[in-house]
Order: sequence, then C-alpha cells, then structure tokens
Amino acid sequence: MTDNDILAAFADIVYDVARIDTSLVTPEKRFVDDFDIDSLSMVEIATAAEDKFGVSIPDSALSDLKTVGDAVAFISKAGVAA
Amino acid sequence: MTADHPRVLALGEYRPSRSVPNSELPEALDTDDNWIRERTGIAARRIAGEDETVVSMAAAAAAKALATAGVDPADVDLVILASCSMPTPVPGGAARVGHLIGATTAGAFDINAACAGFCYGLSLAADAVRAGSARRVVVVGAEKLSDWTDWTDRRTAILFADGAGAAVVGGAAKPGIGPVVWGSDGRMAELIEIPVGGQLQMDGQAVFRWATTALAAVARKACASAGIPPEALAAVVPHQANLRIITSLARQIGAPDAVVADDIVESGNTSSASIPLALSRLVADGRVRSGEPALLLGFGAGLTWAGKVIEVP
Repeated sequence: MTDNDILAAFADIVYDVARIDTSLVTPEKRFVDDFDIDSLSMVEIATAAEDKFGVSIPDSALSDLKTVGDAVAFISKAGVAA
Repeated sequence: MTADHPRVLALGEYRPSRSVPNSELPEALDTDDNWIRERTGIAARRIAGEDETVVSMAAAAAAKALATAGVDPADVDLVILASCSMPTPVPGGAARVGHLIGATTAGAFDINAACAGFCYGLSLAADAVRAGSARRVVVVGAEKLSDWTDWTDRRTAILFADGAGAAVVGGAAKPGIGPVVWGSDGRMAELIEIPVGGQLQMDGQAVFRWATTALAAVARKACASAGIPPEALAAVVPHQANLRIITSLARQIGAPDAVVADDIVESGNTSSASIPLALSRLVADGRVRSGEPALLLGFGAGLTWAGKVIEVP
C-alpha cells in the first residue's frame, strides 16, 4: 500500500468520524486546528484505522499525531513493521 | 401455574431535587456549555444535597418500585444495594435501605461493581428467585458521586452525578430476565479509581477506547443468549457514561428500531444508578412499553461489565 493509498483510505475514515470532506484531508492539515477534531474523535479515528490497516495505534502514540501526514506516516511505518 | 421465573415487576427512581446545568458548574473548571455538550452530551446533572444520601436516595427509589409493583415491603426477602460511593465502608447500606422501606427482616448486602453494579445485582436477584432462596428481591443502584468528585478537574467534574434507581424482582409464570453476560479485566483497574484518601479520577480517553471497541460484542452475546436478535430490541439501555459512547455502541450493536436511552443529557453519569434511571425514564415517557425487550449493558471501573436482555416491566 502506497502512502497515497493510505491517505485515500484514511480520508474516508476521517469523513466517517468527523464528516470532513475527503478532498480536504491532505497531509499538511492539522486535526485540532484545521478540523476541530477532539481527543475522543481521534480515538475513534485511531480504532477505525487499526481495523482498516491492521496496525496498532496506542493512546500514547495518538497525542503525537498532529497532522494527517503524521498519521499516514505512522500507519505506513507500522504496516511495514508488521 | 409455577411462578419461579424471575421478572422485573416494577422500577422506581429518585432524582435529587437540585439540577445543575453546565452554566452553573464552578468557574474553576474553565469550561463551557458547548465544550461539555460536544464531548459528553450532558446538559445538566442532579447533585444531591446534604440530606440526600446514598441510603436515603436508594430507599426512596426502592419504595417507589415496591408501590408500583404492588408488593408489600414485608414480603421482600432480599435487598441488594449496588453502589461505589458509600461514604464509609462499614456498615453497608443495604440493611438500612431495607429498614427504611419496611423490609425489616430481609437479607441485605452491598455489591460494588461500579457502573456495572445494577446489572450484577439484577443477575443475583434473578438467580435467587430462580433457585428459590428469595421470592421478592429489591435491587437498587444508588450513588452520591458528588462526594468523591474533584471539583477542580474538568475531565471528571463535568461527568459525574447523583441519584438512585431500583427494581423489584419476583417470580412469574413467564421468564423476563435473560442470561447475563458478564466479565472483568483487572489489568485496567487504574483507568477509573478513587485512590486511598483521594477523589475519583479517570483516564477518559482509554475508557472511551475500551468502551467503543470491546463492549458491542458483549451486547450481541447477551442478545444471542436471550434468543433476541439485536434488530428485535425495543430499547438499548447502556450505562449512561457519555453520549458519544452510547451512540457508538448503539450503532455497533445494530438495533435500528430500538430507542436508545439518553438520560445522561439531563442526569449526567450516575454510575450504578444510571441504567435503572434511564430505563425508568423511557417507560415514564412512553418510549418503551411493558413486555418489550430491552438490552441493559453496564460497564465501568474494575474494569467490569454485564449485559442482559429483560422484558420491560
């Protein structure tokens, strides 16, 4: 799975949880400042991403994922490691 | 006709007289109505006064349930009080509840399974009736969490509240309480705790993750055990922890025609009292009818959980 594939699938998750149009979900966007996504929605996004990508995103890692690009990179790396 | 199938005969509730809207919370919490509603769904909560204790609220709820059931308090064999906010560990509150409601010689004991406590108590009551060790049982979930709240911690102070809900369980010709699906995970004991000498603290994010990923399977198993498919449920009554947990659970359980209890909006999180309070409100508002199947799903500190399907009294 390329990073672009991950981004596209991740954008679907962000839409499902927070109703952010998928075209707006680009790597530089910040979850809190740009999308107004709170910590509970981040947990929902993380658990949905865990299911979709077969990776583990613990709460301890979640707080470091500030942008969409951070999340895509984390999933990409975790997927390769797995 | 035999009468040894346990059923919930009636419900009763006690809500403290003082309702505290988000706008009246202490300024030190540095929060506002929108912030609280978005994260929890809570608009207001009931906070008990000095004269409203765990025992007095439990007794008031139990007395109402007995009156509605038409059961003479003297005929109650057993009183079970589920609470995690008693002011002192000894004595337990159940015997005093029994005394106050006129069940003066009933067996009485307390249980603490936190927010799952009412569902645990209901199972014990059903088992006692089924086994013949009691004919009429009063089960109460009662909490005065405001006594244990850190009123400077906005992660918890906005959530927790006070109140009591009760059920009378007795024998009937037709079964009305499905098998319990319960469990625990002590590895996560520290997620919700009152440390020695301290106040209630919670890792809300971790609890949210657990509740929204682990519990729908418990609910579906409870439905399967009762022989009621989720889509046949008339009501889904999860512990009123957080409206976003409730909404997520309801979606995952897959009960499109069921009314989903949302008492938390006006009542906050009352731990063991939340399920009987929420079901009682659904009945009072005419949103569920007698005889319809309702899923009860308690979950919380321990961690503990318990789910079951009952027929609405």
